[in-house]
Amino acid sequence: MVLYNLAFYFFSLITLASASVVVFSKNIVHSAFALLFTFFGVAGLYVLMMADFLAITQILIYIGGIMVLILFGVMLTNRTIDVQIRTGSIQTFPAMLIVAALAGTLVGIFWSTDWKISPTAIGFEKTAPEIGKMLLTNYLLPFEIASIVLLVALIGAAMIARREKKA
Amino acid sequence: MVEIQSYLILSAITFIIGVVGVLARRNAIIVFMSIELMLNSVNLTLVAFSAYLGDTTGQMLVFFVMTVAAAEAAVGLAIVIALFRNKQTVNIDDINILKW
Repeated sequence: MVLYNLAFYFFSLITLASASVVVFSKNIVHSAFALLFTFFGVAGLYVLMMADFLAITQILIYIGGIMVLILFGVMLTNRTIDVQIRTGSIQTFPAMLIVAALAGTLVGIFWSTDWKISPTAIGFEKTAPEIGKMLLTNYLLPFEIASIVLLVALIGAAMIARREKKA
Repeated sequence: MVEIQSYLILSAITFIIGVVGVLARRNAIIVFMSIELMLNSVNLTLVAFSAYLGDTTGQMLVFFVMTVAAAEAAVGLAIVIALFRNKQTVNIDDINILKW
């Protein structure tokens, strides 16, 4: 159990530290690579919660797919190498106000609510068969809609990013 | 044993870091990455509840959130690239032609 706690704090530290780097780093390439470590930390936390299939999916989709897309975006739009230090000096105060209110609300609710959790040990024996069964029975319609969403996004992304021919 | 509150507060802090990124940074791609951060923190909450309640429905929802995140990544980056091609900037303060 001590090992479990240590692993939890380790992955939490990775997640939080790299998330801070994502948001506060001046260099956008550093941000992109820090985001990779955030995804990795979250995947580790999934493993700690016995969501093995989700952890693998997280690594495949986020680190393998979305990170590559974001890096492409960074490289394609980072031609202006100048430092963009102008991080919204106008709206800093209202932004901090909103963030403080949100932080207080979220942490307060999460901390003070008496969550009705199961007294047994956390996690499942195996998640992949369960998820597969649910995807093909109770959640069949959302599953099909998700595939249509992906198809539409694929076509839309290709159409938006395409360089238009001179007519 | 780690309490569920630890996971929840961890995800709350991650979410708040994401909100700071969306509100305070002016680079469209950083805003974009902050949104991914927020989606991830919500997924963490769902998985935590799923694990501590002994119910796999939460993990199901995470799959659909991931689907939407992937679609959003593809379309969002396409929009950013199209914007950069037309206006030579990804600073969201300079993208104001819909403002009056």
